[in-house]
Amino acid sequence: MLDKKILSQLESITGRGGVCSSPEDLVVYGYDGTFEEGTPDAVVLPRSTEDVSRIVKLAAAERIPVVPRGMGSGLAAGSVPFRGGIALTLTRMNRILEIDQANAVARVEAGVVTADLQAAVEKAGLYYPPDPSSQRHSTIGGNVACNAGGPHCLKYGVTGDYVLGLTAVLADGRVLRTGSKCIKDVVGYDLKALFTGSEGTLGIITEALLRLIATPKFFRTALVEFDSMDGAARAVYAVLAAGVVPASLELMDETAIACVEEGLHLGLPLDVAATLLIETDGGDEAAVAREIETAAEICRREGALRLKVAANEAERAALWKARRSVSPALGRKAPNKLGEDITVPREKIPEAMRRVKAIREKYGLPIVLYGHAGDGNLHPNILFDKRDPEQWKTVEKMVAEEFEAALELEGTLSGEHGVGALKRAYLEKALGPVSTEIQKRIKQALDPLNILNPGKIFPE
Amino acid sequence: MPIPDLPPLPSEAEYLNCIRCGLCLAVCPTYRESLHEIASPRGRLMLARKGLQGELDLRSNLYEQMYACFDCLACNEVCPVGIRPADLAVEMRRVQEQAGPQFWKKVVFNRFLQNPDWLEAATLPVRLYERLGIRGLVHALGLQKILPRRLRDMEAMLPRAPRRPLRQILPEVTSAGGESKRRVGFFLGCAQNLMYADESAAAVRVLARNGSTVVTPKDVVCCGMPARSYGRMEDARAQARRNIELFETADVETVVTDCATCGATLKSYGAFLGDDPVWAERAAAFSAKIRDVSEFLLSIPMENPAKRIAARVTYHDPCHLRRGQGVWKQPRELLKMIGGVEFVELPEADVCCGMAGTQIITHYEMSIKVLMRKLDNLAKTGADCVASGCPVCRMQLTTGLARAGLSMRVTHPVVLLDEAYHSDL
Ligand SMILES: Cc1cc2nc3c(=O)[nH]c(=O)nc-3n(C[C@H](O)[C@H](O)[C@H](O)COP(=O)(O)OP(=O)(O)OC[C@H]3O[C@@H](n4cnc5c(N)ncnc54)[C@H](O)[C@@H]3O)c2cc1C
Ligand code: SF4
Ligand code: SF4
Repeated sequence: MLDKKILSQLESITGRGGVCSSPEDLVVYGYDGTFEEGTPDAVVLPRSTEDVSRIVKLAAAERIPVVPRGMGSGLAAGSVPFRGGIALTLTRMNRILEIDQANAVARVEAGVVTADLQAAVEKAGLYYPPDPSSQRHSTIGGNVACNAGGPHCLKYGVTGDYVLGLTAVLADGRVLRTGSKCIKDVVGYDLKALFTGSEGTLGIITEALLRLIATPKFFRTALVEFDSMDGAARAVYAVLAAGVVPASLELMDETAIACVEEGLHLGLPLDVAATLLIETDGGDEAAVAREIETAAEICRREGALRLKVAANEAERAALWKARRSVSPALGRKAPNKLGEDITVPREKIPEAMRRVKAIREKYGLPIVLYGHAGDGNLHPNILFDKRDPEQWKTVEKMVAEEFEAALELEGTLSGEHGVGALKRAYLEKALGPVSTEIQKRIKQALDPLNILNPGKIFPE
Repeated sequence: MPIPDLPPLPSEAEYLNCIRCGLCLAVCPTYRESLHEIASPRGRLMLARKGLQGELDLRSNLYEQMYACFDCLACNEVCPVGIRPADLAVEMRRVQEQAGPQFWKKVVFNRFLQNPDWLEAATLPVRLYERLGIRGLVHALGLQKILPRRLRDMEAMLPRAPRRPLRQILPEVTSAGGESKRRVGFFLGCAQNLMYADESAAAVRVLARNGSTVVTPKDVVCCGMPARSYGRMEDARAQARRNIELFETADVETVVTDCATCGATLKSYGAFLGDDPVWAERAAAFSAKIRDVSEFLLSIPMENPAKRIAARVTYHDPCHLRRGQGVWKQPRELLKMIGGVEFVELPEADVCCGMAGTQIITHYEMSIKVLMRKLDNLAKTGADCVASGCPVCRMQLTTGLARAGLSMRVTHPVVLLDEAYHSDL
């Protein structure tokens, strides 16, 4: 608990209702999309960059940890306040400040929900491609802080590829504005890139300047069924190797499909080992159709059982709904799941999938496999019950082996969720000592008191 | 750790598998307006969980969040895990009420809502307000303007209450217009009976016109939804038994209702009494007979209405009809049957209007915020008339339209249909 004086100082910054500290309020800001929990000492809901700056100044003076939070959908326990402090929640900073059609740029506050931004720019005939499956329940600030990706990142790139500029409040309360509406800007270090993916440890992002592109007018979306995981993996590689760049190339294994079907009743196939969701898009209808045909042809060659192209927008929407629901739908199978997001170079995709399968067989706990196969980003999800300490021990071993496999295949620990608290222990293994050391020094330089999201990313 | 002296608690299955993904935040009206996790389904679920697991005190502050839920069912529908946060919030209200019953609730749910005569007597002042011309007087003198905003909203909400409850007017058996093809029961809900009698009268006329002999038992009691919402599950069960019994003697194959909330509740009697060895089967059989009036009409051959109604009409989905019963196509179909009607879809038609039973009284500010969003959407349609199959929604929409100074008729779809059948009207 913070003392009354500090609470009232905070409230004088935010106004009434902007500071909460009842036990009930604290409980609901103690978790994110993982099973980890911590308890903040206060919840603060600012309305402006100015509010945030004053809050951080006060926190710095009082040495109170500040844990930034968007919608708490994170999958690395990044916004879980393990050391208490202020859960600084940006959801009420949700204004779209500007959609500059002429320059194809949007300026938004950090708390804007990603899907709301997408809907708004679409009205202006533009497109903001980064589409984490959590787009309806995560914020731009959270997306930038985690450098979120999504199914369409195969062709269009990740959040960071669209960040032109940021406004961030630093650990001493000063406001940093970096970047501009220019696509090219090479004056000094690229600080926006430094803050992108910084998971709330370097500053509080309060505004973002985002690049937009022309809306792709045409889509073709196909669901391809395979009787073996290996066949699907080979098809992914073969499609990419043939030079086709689908907008998305997503994989779901049989358990993933079964869980979604159980909840949504979309008529998905239940008798196949794996499916690929392939989408092509662009401004030329014939080219888009040709691309899906080529991809289909390659899938057939690799042994696809069936292939169905969505006949209309409703069918396409249903396929995407299915894909986006996979992660949460797994909750049907077990009280807990641990989903990783290991990523490997595309050539290693089939091998990575074989390794995951081997880990599953070795330990006997179910692993569901799905993910953005096209960019090598896989989501093996281990299903378990955390109340059983034996199971938890096994899970930890399995995760370590998954990470090892990814690194051995020249891949990485995390393609999109970030390190947060969950992957800290493996950081150095992934980065090597030099990079780790430099990163720690950057953190120290920007946050010498270690009040911004302490304990995240770096092992204690 | 079990908590001593507590009533039966919701089982772990109701919350354990919530993976906190946050998907439900995207659809929750109270979250959307507050942008505060405590007012979200995931937040409520976690509060309940921590309370039930003994990690958080089960005190009024916690229960308050359960009452702040609109029971709009949007979270139930969206949760990919199959968790039902809305149901758990209502369950928690039961836990609170069983642990420490509140006197006023006992009086309302155990007495008034179980006795139609008492209920009619209790609402007499509202009808007198209308009947004695007080409303007219108040408005002529502009007195409603000096009421505080909140009371003014409530005043506007009161429909033109009928002089007499429909129960006192409608015959027990209304014969079919032509040859009787079937015998159906009609469940006269409290709000319809007392506030929207004309609409239910229209519903019965439309049923009769389409070949149904309509039996309207007079002694039905409240469907049980208010009691359930206020944690008085035992009262709700008692009401269910009473209504089941009544309709068993009515000898009908179908029971029709024109109230979304009653319909959803009657369809749940099977679940309400599922663990009651004497009643389970009867309750399930009764629930299987329930149809919303639009659902029923579209399942039988219908006469095409002759009279044209030239109007732009839109439709608001009551939560308890769309999500509670999966009925949303049918009311739209009914409206489209009417010549001259230009049907326009309402943006976010299926989002709660903010009334949610009694939220405008108990959670006024939130209710108004949610309502304002609905009004923005209504204004976008440019409709002359908004139809909706729930009396409580209609009261709320009436309030909002008055507040916003929009002139738009608010009615039940079946009323428009009834008008279109009467070329002489
Ligand atoms: C069902 C589901 C599907 C998902 N799918 C994807 C996916 O496809 N791709 C993907 O990349 N991720 C995915 N995620 C993970 C998650 O949604 C993303 O990481 C998202 O970017 C988090 O946003 P948030 O607003 O919820 O942030 P939070 O969870 O609240 O926070 C995440 C991290 O960002 C920091 N942070 C938040 N806001 C700010 C800010 N304004 N300034 C500084 N730091 C901040 C927090 O401190 C924390 O470290 C998924 C999650 C779920 C539950
Ligand atoms: S209730 Fe369902 S949708 Fe909501 S957070 Fe839990 S699992 Fe996700
Ligand atoms: S029932 Fe409606 S108001 Fe209640 S938690 Fe669910 S979505 Fe929110």
